[in-house]
Amino acid sequence: MKVVIMGCGRVGSRLAGLLDIEGHGVTILDTNAYSFRRLSPDFGGTALVGDGTEEESLKKAGIEEADAFVALTQGDNRNVMAAQIAKHIFNVPKVLCRIYDPLRRELFNSLGIEAFSPTTIFAQMLKEKLELEG
Amino acid sequence: MYIIVIGGGKVGYYLARALLDEGHEILVVEKDPDRTEYICSDLGSVCIRGDGCEVATLTEVGTGRADMFIAVTGDDEDNLVACQVAKHKFNVPRTIARINNPKNETIFKELGIDVTVNSTDVILENIEEEVPTHPLTHLLDIRDKGLEIVEVKIPPDSTTVGKAVKELPLPKGSVLSLIIRSQKKPFVPTADTVLEAEDQIIAVTTPESEDELTTALRGSTT
Repeated sequence: MKVVIMGCGRVGSRLAGLLDIEGHGVTILDTNAYSFRRLSPDFGGTALVGDGTEEESLKKAGIEEADAFVALTQGDNRNVMAAQIAKHIFNVPKVLCRIYDPLRRELFNSLGIEAFSPTTIFAQMLKEKLELEG
Repeated sequence: MYIIVIGGGKVGYYLARALLDEGHEILVVEKDPDRTEYICSDLGSVCIRGDGCEVATLTEVGTGRADMFIAVTGDDEDNLVACQVAKHKFNVPRTIARINNPKNETIFKELGIDVTVNSTDVILENIEEEVPTHPLTHLLDIRDKGLEIVEVKIPPDSTTVGKAVKELPLPKGSVLSLIIRSQKKPFVPTADTVLEAEDQIIAVTTPESEDELTTALRGSTT
């Protein structure tokens, strides 16, 4: 599987590493080259400086042949915009996106973007843990 | 009309002012507290502090009854998302987004924003008009038809001076609509009209055939 990841933060770099080890073709984009320090030294994929909300950067990252696109920057709106470009303009079959704001996530899910809110997921997980032990 | 403006920067502030003058009900949503205070002290309490992309903020300001929603922040992604939230969550009939990166224009159209205003292009076009050496000036875009109205000036050393319109290899779909000649009333050219130096030609064309039209009208300049 060929995957393009936007945003090389803690989650992005980790996901890139996991997919790379399993033999997937990974290209990771970040606007700041310094973020690539988070990639493991034996990362075999491609790290590209570029903005995932720009068509040209996405093309360079090989979005046209990609099987999946994951948007993981710090900005909810940037993630949403990039995810929609990947889905509606480049017709990437699988598009995932992180949205911190739970309300916005609901809206974009209803617009056909598969979005996850770490805020909701983590809060839910903590609650379950507490109930289990309490 | 109730109009919500997202972003209280220079564009948002002057837009709100102009719309208030026209007698509309205006609300500006701005992230920065100092800016919010400034606008409120200047225009009356028409500005609230908040994130214009957040459903909670937009519910609070009564987006459901807004007739128009205009996002003019400096960030394209924020403008896009704010308009999408207004359109899909609150069914605002008309959404307008400012675009800063000209490349985003087609993307915004594809993603369902009703109207986009490309501030960078607008400034560029205005400067273009003022640069006399520029061969072609954009006057107006007829976006929904994919056409534009342009002006081409014929320099004195152009090889087309003295030629009739029918001799020019005009691109398909381009129409010469008007010739403005000094000391004369503007007139509609016919196939037999002969070009003169310093003619200003107003033409309807498509963005793709701009270059072809310019070459056809100006020939080669020596």
